[in-house]
Formats: sequence, structure tokens, C-alpha cells
Amino acid sequence: MGNESTFDFEHNIADALDDGQLRKNLRKAMDILVDKRRAVFPDIAYLDQLRSAGNAIKRRALKQLPRLLEQLETNCIKNGIQVHWAEDTTEANNIVLEILRRHDSRDIVKGKSMVSEEMHLNHFLEENDIEAIETDLGEFIIQLNHETPSHIIVPAIHKNKDEVAAIFHDKIPDTPYTEDVEELTAIARRVLRKRFAAAKVGLSGVNFAIAETGTLLLVENEGNGRMCTTAPDVHVAVMGLEKVIEKLSDVPPLLRLLTGSATGQIITTYVNMITSPRRAGEKDGPKEVHLVILDNGRSRMLADPEFRQTLLCIRCGTCLNHCPVYVRIGGHAYGHVYPGPIGKILTPQMEGLERAGVLATASSLCGACGEVCPVKIPIPDLIRRLRHESYDQDGSAVVAGGGYKKNLAETLVWKGWELVNRSPVFNEMGTRLAGKIGKRLPKVGPLKKWTRVRTSPKVARTSLHERARNEGVKDE
Amino acid sequence: MTLSPKVTPMKRRNDPDRSEPVYFFGTCLMDAVYPDAGMAAIRLLRSQGVKVIFPPDQSCCGQPAYNSGFSREARAVARKQIRVFSKPYPVIVPSGSCAGMMKHHYPALFAGTPDEADARRFSERVYEWSEFMARVLAVKLVDQGEPLTITWHSSCHALREMDVIRYSKALLRQLKNVTLVELERETECCGFGGTFAVKQPAISAAMVKDKIDDIRRSGATTLVAGDCGCLMNITGAMEHAGVAIAGKHLAEFLWERTNGK
Ligand code: SF4
Repeated sequence: MGNESTFDFEHNIADALDDGQLRKNLRKAMDILVDKRRAVFPDIAYLDQLRSAGNAIKRRALKQLPRLLEQLETNCIKNGIQVHWAEDTTEANNIVLEILRRHDSRDIVKGKSMVSEEMHLNHFLEENDIEAIETDLGEFIIQLNHETPSHIIVPAIHKNKDEVAAIFHDKIPDTPYTEDVEELTAIARRVLRKRFAAAKVGLSGVNFAIAETGTLLLVENEGNGRMCTTAPDVHVAVMGLEKVIEKLSDVPPLLRLLTGSATGQIITTYVNMITSPRRAGEKDGPKEVHLVILDNGRSRMLADPEFRQTLLCIRCGTCLNHCPVYVRIGGHAYGHVYPGPIGKILTPQMEGLERAGVLATASSLCGACGEVCPVKIPIPDLIRRLRHESYDQDGSAVVAGGGYKKNLAETLVWKGWELVNRSPVFNEMGTRLAGKIGKRLPKVGPLKKWTRVRTSPKVARTSLHERARNEGVKDE
Repeated sequence: MTLSPKVTPMKRRNDPDRSEPVYFFGTCLMDAVYPDAGMAAIRLLRSQGVKVIFPPDQSCCGQPAYNSGFSREARAVARKQIRVFSKPYPVIVPSGSCAGMMKHHYPALFAGTPDEADARRFSERVYEWSEFMARVLAVKLVDQGEPLTITWHSSCHALREMDVIRYSKALLRQLKNVTLVELERETECCGFGGTFAVKQPAISAAMVKDKIDDIRRSGATTLVAGDCGCLMNITGAMEHAGVAIAGKHLAEFLWERTNGK
């Protein structure tokens, strides 16, 4: 599961659809998240305004991204935060490793960070004999079970309480079986407290980086993020370069959109705003703060006016929660770090179409994601664009692997379709023919797939064209 | 999304006058599979004294190719429609999905081409059928049928691109002997998605199965929908599963109810 080198989407989908428990867990959890979001945004007109504001703020940031990143760097350095630039995930991993080595640290406590998942940091550190300890409860659960997150906000959303109880009992020594949520939380807390106290280095993600002040903003509900960023002597924050925003006054609307869309909260339990390491005379806080800014294909996205919109994303996860495909197959089936609608547009751009272009086929283009996205990313339009890039009929593709699906057979099918639909004579002949032989068509190809769970379309003996003509509905 | 059940039929400034003729775009699916629904939609327009023009050279809006990655082919077919429906009459489309394609995607499809301006002007004239009936014509329907419980499927594009579900339902609610029971997950896609149904058949199958279960739970004996694509998907799956619930396009259903069939 989640193994990118052996990504077999069809197989993953079949497995997920067969897993009744998984589908039940997902449906229940998504219903709760959808309801909570709806409750926190009761006024649809207000929400729409807020989403437009979110879109405008992020758009403005992207427009001046290079300048804002420089400003962020300057202000962070002024505040005593060390800034590192990583072109790709290998560079980012090595930066983190180097910091750990410098501090002679054999482990690192981690708050939830999707960018660190993108880097496959845990695996990389393990290979270098360093233990990464996930401290977000959801991440903690799936790490015990050697799994990857199945959702970008709620990583263990695919598990129910009983499954968590079993994992704790099996994987944490001397843990009696309990399904009591408070007891389970207490167990995790007991294990993690010790690790927080002992760790020299903590890692976190970043929700927004404010260029104007050099501030890193991080939201969370468990306090583990605050522990990771304050208890150890060293705090390393990792972020994708699209996380920078212009000014402090941009924060309130974005924060409202993020927490409301993600978990249906007006605000999270913790909102951390980190502006410097421990200053002289202060009693706590890390002595060193590092910020790692990762590109990993993002500047390529920025270069295209349409694909650039991918970078508006604030990783709220609500497109997953509202997606009729995600709710049925869950995050692991997508085989990559970012699942769901955002994953369908982000992953092919990061990994190339050959490896991940197939993700763009897993959408009915129903538009549910675009309807809820807090920053109004036209996700269905970008999915459609990726389908075009996959065939690249006109040689204009900008994503790596453009045209990987181009083939004569399909091209001919669509050419034929075009011909029939451009020529009234062929069109009428086609419909007539279908009306005559429709029922006897062999069930092969698309029709075979269609009729697996449906009867064949019943082509009428007399087309609407003919009927209209017969009933005197004419052209002018 | 909450939709107000009450619709005040309010003509807008740019709306056509009912004395003007209208174009009818029959959609490729209606042409081949649902001609009865197409005729019903035309007859209901005519019953309001509207002159209906059916240009015989029309075919498909182009969406199948557009959504599958074949813009060039889609553009060629779309261009044909723009040419065929060239007079400044409103174009009435009995499908939220095809209407959405013609109204909201043509401008993007033709952006930067010599046809861009034509495409824009064309798009402005596109109306989904139920919206035209309920809002522009403000039709009054008289139900002639026996008491019946129905349910309604909202097509994703009628809902999210065209935003016309309120009009479709307003028409249904005029039928005094018809009880409309709404689906639990009315706004969830039925799994059709054009070529999606055959490119991702397993996911599509799971979606349509859940949709049928929802329809069954509603207790309705008839399912009404405003889009032939969804209808073909759902009724095909119901038939395959041996579920005895009839499926009808909104226009055909309204025609039958108001003509005592
Ligand atoms: S694409 Fe939009 S809805 Fe999806 S995670 Fe990003 S911000 Fe949220």
C-alpha cells in the first residue's frame, strides 16, 4: 500500500472497493467531516465571499512569489531563523540529516507534515540510522502499523476505534486491550511524552509563512506540534515554497478557511506562530530554528498560468472529504503521498504523467471538489487539462511525460467520432445503423465494461432527428 | 447545497421574449436513445406557443472528446454547432451537462482561436430546458395523472455548472398528484461521467450501485432526471440488478403527466 515503485492503480482500486470495513469507515468519517464543515459555514453567500478572498490572497502571493520568498528569507534571518533551499526532496532530506548529525541526534520527533511525507523523510532517516517519531495521534497510529497517511489532514481516517485498539495492543509493549478513546489517547501520550523529553531535534510543517514578518504559522489540535517546535533544542520546519503569503493581515481569512474547511472548526486548539528561536533571557523554546523551503517541481507549475493554480492549495483536505471517488477507494489506493482530487492534479505534475497520469482518469468531473475548495482551485478543469496533456495531440504539453498515452487506435476513434458529428449524412447513417443493430452489438471494449453492471443502451429505431422532421419541427 | 423549493419566475433583462422562436438542441444521446424525451421537450415548448426550430445538421456538443483529452476533435464538433445555431435565438438544451459544456466550456475551448467571439456570443444564448420553462416561460402545468411517488436525481452539471435544479424541481412540484421524495445523497454523482464509466468501470460501478440503493430506499416507483447520461447509467444499472423502478427524463415525465398518459 502506498508503494510508489509498484503502483498498480487498477489493482489498488479493486482491493479498496472489496474492503467493506474500509468503505464503511471512510463513509462514516467523511460524513462527519462534511457535516462539520457545513455547520461552521452556514451562510453560503458569506462563504463564497470568503473563498474569493482566499483565492485573491493566494493569487497575489503567487504573482510575486520570488520576491516574497526573498523577503521571507531576509526577515527569517533577521529573526534568527536559518533558511535552507532545497530544489528536490533529496536535497531537503540531506539538509535535515545534516542538522541531525551536527547535533549528534539519533532521533527526531515529528509533528504532522505532508511535505516530510513528500520527501519520504522517515524512510530516508531510517536508512541513516535515525529514528523518526510521529507524534500526531493519527500519524502515530499508522506509523505503529507501518502504513502511510490515507488523508492529508486525518492520516488514520481509514481506521476505526477497534482497529486502533488492536494496533496499540499489538504494537506497544505491555498495553492491555482497550477500546476506550480516552485510555487510548492516554497510552499514546504516555509513550510520546518520554520521546518529547528526550529528543534533541523536532520537526514540523508550516501552514503559512508570512513574508512581511518572517513568521511561521502552524495549526494543530493536539499540542504535539507545540511540543515538537518548543521542547527540543532544535526545531526544523519544512515547507513547500507555495506556503509563503505576503502579510500578517492575510492570515485571518486564510486561517478561517483552512480550519473551517479541514475540520469544521472556527479555530484549532493550537495556533503556533513562530518568529524566532529562544531569545536571550527567555526561559524556553528551541535554541535553533531552521526553515527548509522545498521546490520539488513547484516552480515548474508556477510557470504555467493554468497549472499554477495548483499552488493556491492550502492543504485543507476538504476536496477529499467531498469526493465520491475518494470516499470509495480511500487514500492508499492513489499510491502516492497526496490522494484525492488535489492528489490527482498535484501528483502527475510532480511525478510526471507516465508514473501518475492515470490518476487523472479517476474522476467523473462531477465538480464536487471545485465547489468546496476554499481557495477556488478549478480542480476539474486541471484534471481535464492533464488528460489533454496525456495525449498531447497538438504537441503543447508542459507536464513531464506529455503525450505518453498518445496512440493511433484512440486517435482514430475520436477522429471518426468527429467525422460523424460534423457530417449530417454520416450522423444520420450512424444513428440509423445503431438503431438497427444496437441490440446485437458484441459486448467488447467499452460496451463490455459498461454492461458489467448495466444493460446495454437501448438505441431507438427512430432518431430524434427523424421524429422532429416527421412532426414538422423544421429548420427555418 | 440547499436549494430553495420556491422559485419566483422572474424574467431577466436579457431573457428572450416568448414571441421569439427558439432553437432546440436535441443532444446526441437523446437523438439515439431518448427521442421520446426530446419530442416531449419540444412539444411542451410548443404548447406554450413558442416556435421551435430544430436544425437538422446539429449533432453533439463535443463534451465526450473534450473530457477525454481530445480538444481538437471537440472543437471541430463544437464549431459545427455554433455554425448550425447561427441566428440570435435562444438555444434550448434538455440536459444540464450539454448545456454546461456549451455555456461554460465553449469560451475556454475556443479561447485564442478565431472563433472565440462567436463562441462567446453563442454561449450567452444557451439555456437549460427546465430553466427556460420555469423561469423564462413561467409555465403552469396541470397534472392529469394518478397519484404517484417519485424521486429525483440531480445531475452534477445541472447542479454545479448550470445551477438549475431549483427550476427542474419547481416544475415537478406543480404536479399536484405527484409526491417528490428526495434522495438522501441527492448531490452525489451517479458515476456516469461520460467516458469515466468505461475508463474507471469499477469505481463507476460502485457509485451507481450506491445511487440505486439510495433510490430504492426512497420508496419511489419512478426516478426522474434531467440528463440522459445519468438516466442511461442509472436505469441500465437498475435493470441489470432487477430493480423495478422506472426512469424518465423530466420532459417526458411532465409531458405524460400533463397529457393524461
Ligand atoms: S485543492 Fe482546495 S480543497 Fe483540496 S486540499 Fe487544496 S485547498 Fe483544500
